[in-house]
Amino acid sequence: MTAPDIAIEAEGLTKSFDGKKVVDNLSLRVQRGRIHGFLGPNGSGKTTTIRMLCGLLTPDSGRGSCLGYDIRTQQDQIKRKVGYMTQRFSLYSDLTVRENLEFIARIYDLETPERAATEAIRRLDLESHAEQLAGELSGGWKQRLALGACILPNPALLLLDEPTAGVDPKARRDFWDEIHHLASQGLTVLVSTHYMDEAERCHEIAYIAEGRLLAQGLIAEIVAKSGLSTYVVTGPGLDELADRLKTTAGVDMVAPFGAALHVAGRDAARLAEIARDLGKDAPQAWVPDAATLEDVFIDLMSHLERGPDVGRA
Amino acid sequence: MSDARDAAGTKTAHIAAAFEASLRRMRAIFVKEFIQLRRDRVTFAMIVGIPLIQLLLFGFAINTDPKHLPTALLVQDDGPLARSLVAALRATDYFDIEAMAAGEADADRLILSNKAQFVIDIPPDFDRRLIRGEKPPLLVVADATDPTATSGAIAAVIGAANTALDRELKGPLAHLAQSAPPFELRIQRRYNPAGETRRNIVPGLIGTILTMTMLIYTGLSVTRELERGTMEALLAMPVRPTEIMLGKISPYVVVGAVQMATILIVATLLFGVPVVGSLWLLVPLALLFIIANLSVGYTFSTVAVNQLQAIQLTFFFFLPSILLSGFMFPFRGMPVWAQYLGECLPLTHFLRIVRSVMLKGSGFGDLAVDTGALALFTLVAMSIAIARFRQTLD
Repeated sequence: MTAPDIAIEAEGLTKSFDGKKVVDNLSLRVQRGRIHGFLGPNGSGKTTTIRMLCGLLTPDSGRGSCLGYDIRTQQDQIKRKVGYMTQRFSLYSDLTVRENLEFIARIYDLETPERAATEAIRRLDLESHAEQLAGELSGGWKQRLALGACILPNPALLLLDEPTAGVDPKARRDFWDEIHHLASQGLTVLVSTHYMDEAERCHEIAYIAEGRLLAQGLIAEIVAKSGLSTYVVTGPGLDELADRLKTTAGVDMVAPFGAALHVAGRDAARLAEIARDLGKDAPQAWVPDAATLEDVFIDLMSHLERGPDVGRA
Repeated sequence: MSDARDAAGTKTAHIAAAFEASLRRMRAIFVKEFIQLRRDRVTFAMIVGIPLIQLLLFGFAINTDPKHLPTALLVQDDGPLARSLVAALRATDYFDIEAMAAGEADADRLILSNKAQFVIDIPPDFDRRLIRGEKPPLLVVADATDPTATSGAIAAVIGAANTALDRELKGPLAHLAQSAPPFELRIQRRYNPAGETRRNIVPGLIGTILTMTMLIYTGLSVTRELERGTMEALLAMPVRPTEIMLGKISPYVVVGAVQMATILIVATLLFGVPVVGSLWLLVPLALLFIIANLSVGYTFSTVAVNQLQAIQLTFFFFLPSILLSGFMFPFRGMPVWAQYLGECLPLTHFLRIVRSVMLKGSGFGDLAVDTGALALFTLVAMSIAIARFRQTLD
């Protein structure tokens, strides 16, 4: 049985489509009231995992529970208590904002659907768009409406599948403020994203690639556990340098960040040696720095590409 | 001069080059369309399947000169002359004697409930009066709600009557065979004395139009949600497949009712088709028929993966509904296997209901079987739809 402070618990979830494993033996634990980031490249199995958690897909093997309800047998209870925001806009584009919200309020059997919709519209600052067709809203407003629709039935858990894809930076920031506000009221949030800045606004994160969980925990923990030491290299000719470093033994990760190059390695002593050798008599400056989350992920990914058995956290 | 010719030549070359480029782009679209068509396997199957199946089906099934029509005999005189007359009618192959009516009321009931299309009524003392040269009447009652189906048979009656008694009327009776038939042939085209085709077609159109519109409405309802991506959100909500189905069907019941009222009003006012029977019987049965079609459409919607497939399935169902239900061609003219197929279509049963109520004034008792068939059909279609409805995205 799940402890009461655990919102999501999954063990060994596996799902294949056409013989291809999309989610492979994935285990996940999300505490109540936390914002859990779900990271990974496109096609890594994030959406499939989320769909299994809310009962839209049946896992081939493994078990799991959401809010204490079994994801295989108690989908009905899960659907009542979980708000799921799909990656693609999935409200009715030929209904107005108000009509969409009233529809959802009625499906969830809220006592006064009209009032619930009006309150949601006020809470979301959507008053000026209330009578507009949902399909005519801009990307940012659509996303705001979709979130509003998710939280309308007062769920205990939100599953958000790349909610900020295609949304401008201002709307993204507002969105995350809202997520934190909701979490402060006790809501648990599992949110998938590609964006590192968003990952850093989560309490905990899980990183998956090719259907497998590569890392999970607090950001500081994940960075510390990676054992990476990093140098930030600035100066001219970084592209040529990057090509050279990629084949240098002792360098595990090379990635450009804006005008700088991040170079990381698991063997700190060896990397320091490389930095000293290459930094000498060269136009570039090598400055040691703490590894960022992104460094860790790029490193994890490159391990995955090199061999299937390395990089399991 | 040669400059101009060169210029013209270059221009022609340009046009030719542009034309070729245009052809290449056209080819690119052509290839792309073909690949897409091939990927959609259901559509691909229907491209070959639909024409072939329907051609074979309708080519063998349709016959506008039906024979072996169910006939009831009302024999009030069982003399040898009457019997040989019946034998002659039978020999035309148009009449299959399937029932012996106990009386005139019984004969009427057989026609009202569509069990008999003809009643041959041999009056009392037929033989005696014939021998006396009194020209007794021989009454043939035809259910003329479908004039096409009865016209061949009626022509055959007249032909058979003229020769029927030649064999019997010999020796002392030979003088009776000399002139015109020694009895009076009375043909009663009941319910449609003028044999107007529109009396048959207009009530039938109510059923056909409703089939078409209702199928399309619900046929698209699930696939539309799938294509627009709203299905995923809907499935994540606490709503059951039965609730979705009934919720989606019910608004169109109202739409169907409005359509039916419109057609009915036009049918009576503009085409002068009477409503002999009770509207209070017709309306609930029509609603049942509307629901039956909506359930079929909804079932198609749960089978098809996109709106195009849903529409194709709808047409796949609509065509036999028109051709095998008795709307366009006489139902009884079809071979037995095609009649069985026709019995599986809701339109077949509704046509019997709507024609019987509007033209003959049949009551519920006469139509119980067809009503039951519609209800059963609805139940089966809905059960399939519920079973087919994908509650997950697996």
